[in-house]
Amino acid sequence: MVPRSAHQDPNADQVVQLDAAGLHYRQLNELVRATVAGGMRKIKLLNVHGQRYIGTGLDLAVDIEVFGTPGNDLGAFMRGSRILVHGNVQDGCGNTMDDGYITVEGRAGDILGLAARGGKIFVRDNVGYRTGIHMKEYQEKCPIVVIGGTAQDFLGEYMAGGIIVLLGLNLDSGEFHQCRFVGTGMHGGAVYIRGQMRETQLGKEVGVQELSPEDKELLRGLIMEFSGHFGYNGDEILSGTFIKLIPRHLRPYGRLYAY
Amino acid sequence: MKNIEQWNNPYNEDKVIAACGLFGIMDTSGRAFSGQDVVKGITNMHDRSNGLGGGFAAYGIYPDCSDHYAFHVMYLTPRAREETEAFFTTSFRLASSQELPTRKTKNIVDPPLMVRYFIPPDGARNMDFVDDDCVTRTVMHINYCIEGAFVFSSGKNMGVFKGVGYPEDIANFFRLDEYCGYMWVAHGRFPTNTPGWWGGAHPFNILDWTVVHNGEISSYGINRRFLEMYGYRCTMQTDTEVVAYAVDLLVRKHHLPIEVAARVMAPPFWEEMQRQSDKERALNMALRQTYGSLLMNGPFTVIVAHQGEMMGLGDRIRLRPLTAATKDDLVFLSSEESAIRLVCPELDRVWTPMGGEPVIARLKEKREQEAMAAVRSTA
Repeated sequence: MVPRSAHQDPNADQVVQLDAAGLHYRQLNELVRATVAGGMRKIKLLNVHGQRYIGTGLDLAVDIEVFGTPGNDLGAFMRGSRILVHGNVQDGCGNTMDDGYITVEGRAGDILGLAARGGKIFVRDNVGYRTGIHMKEYQEKCPIVVIGGTAQDFLGEYMAGGIIVLLGLNLDSGEFHQCRFVGTGMHGGAVYIRGQMRETQLGKEVGVQELSPEDKELLRGLIMEFSGHFGYNGDEILSGTFIKLIPRHLRPYGRLYAY
Repeated sequence: MKNIEQWNNPYNEDKVIAACGLFGIMDTSGRAFSGQDVVKGITNMHDRSNGLGGGFAAYGIYPDCSDHYAFHVMYLTPRAREETEAFFTTSFRLASSQELPTRKTKNIVDPPLMVRYFIPPDGARNMDFVDDDCVTRTVMHINYCIEGAFVFSSGKNMGVFKGVGYPEDIANFFRLDEYCGYMWVAHGRFPTNTPGWWGGAHPFNILDWTVVHNGEISSYGINRRFLEMYGYRCTMQTDTEVVAYAVDLLVRKHHLPIEVAARVMAPPFWEEMQRQSDKERALNMALRQTYGSLLMNGPFTVIVAHQGEMMGLGDRIRLRPLTAATKDDLVFLSSEESAIRLVCPELDRVWTPMGGEPVIARLKEKREQEAMAAVRSTA
């Protein structure tokens, strides 16, 4: 085991191991920032047990590999770093992420990618409630969330932009997704669903569309990338049936507040 | 605590708003284990509480007098103790009583006196045996008529240990490492606009029911009016109270299974009921018509426990977190998965229930008893 204190090695390719056992999140995140200030760009965090806000407050791109279960708001406000998690993440992963890359070899809690403004999040298994809530996009900044498993209710609620891909790989053939109120209040962006979903599961603000050639091209890229991370067969996934959910109108609650 | 309102709600809010941390472990085989793991779990969620409340419920900790009602009573003044003990001795023949063993703890500031009393089943002076309603009346009398006294718990073979402070300090103060029980529930409180007081910490208790909760219930007023018709006095301005009384009414008095009580408090939506089977819809409609005022509105997650059962339940659109996990005979409930992983890194199963979907851990032989009862009833 590497001793607790990080040995400062100016070589940027050097991978530093930090032991998170017993550290409060403030201590751990300060240790990470100090390590980065010391010139390191690749960090392994061991024995992580619920420390929050890991990967935030870094103004240069860092590669962080997390062993254990990180706490809420992993990678919140992240600007370009890359996080790989060997395990599950909790609520608020990718909260208001501006840019960067989060790969989760496990499941995610609620509000994954809340209000994200860019970057990519790949989750191998299931996700919780309100995944992608309030995601938004602007010019070339378009956040992307790709989920291998299925989701719980309010997927894509109030989305103003960005892309969510729900693959349902762990559903049996013929089994439906169970999430309800999908796309409630959605007024931008797109949700791609692989597998079956009933009309009654969709929010009133969402319309269903067939895939255009551009959609297929976009999905191919994302699914190949997803498969690369988790060792799936991309073509097999692509052979499934997909639908696209898009907002019916730009201001679904337009008349609700202003008359 | 005569002027309990003043203690509970000095600023006279319509409800106490609080975010919190919940943690619970049950060994469904009934094997007793020390409180260390539950303390480790709730401590890992230190940032979910703000030091104004911490508490634990422990089941199976008084095995050698398991049929005795164990009263844990808090006293702010010696007079409160005299008055309460005078009241006790007129109503009951106490088997034994002693001050709760405590340990000087840095962050626990001028703790009240804590005393426990054991009442044997035949310990009633004016009745042939002590029953639940008699104990409930006793608790209500002490809590609302004796100044400076407050009952923390009054169930059989269980106890509540709580107060102002972080849970890890409360656990150290009450020496929880010296107790063993088959089921532990812990809570770290984060009251936002009311100062903590020892009686206001969670778990909330009535008989052997304990409730810890994270969130707030905006339907508190409606729930309270309904419950007060059945003799429950609601003074804590917090959902913990109405949840405890609701399950006591539904399960103990109306003999509904705890799953049905969960469906009363967090029922399916009307539009969803239309799509259910006739049998399912009929039950849900009947529950809504009968117990409509016990629907709990607002974001909440609760862990409700009583002898042999622990239930985790979140509101219908899951606005507060709840993670469940199992490992062999152990069942875990927590506000965060990482707290479970710290206590038990390798898990058989970990999942997040849908909103309104209860996670129920039940003692094995209790399940066998019910199976036997079911067989008998159909034979």
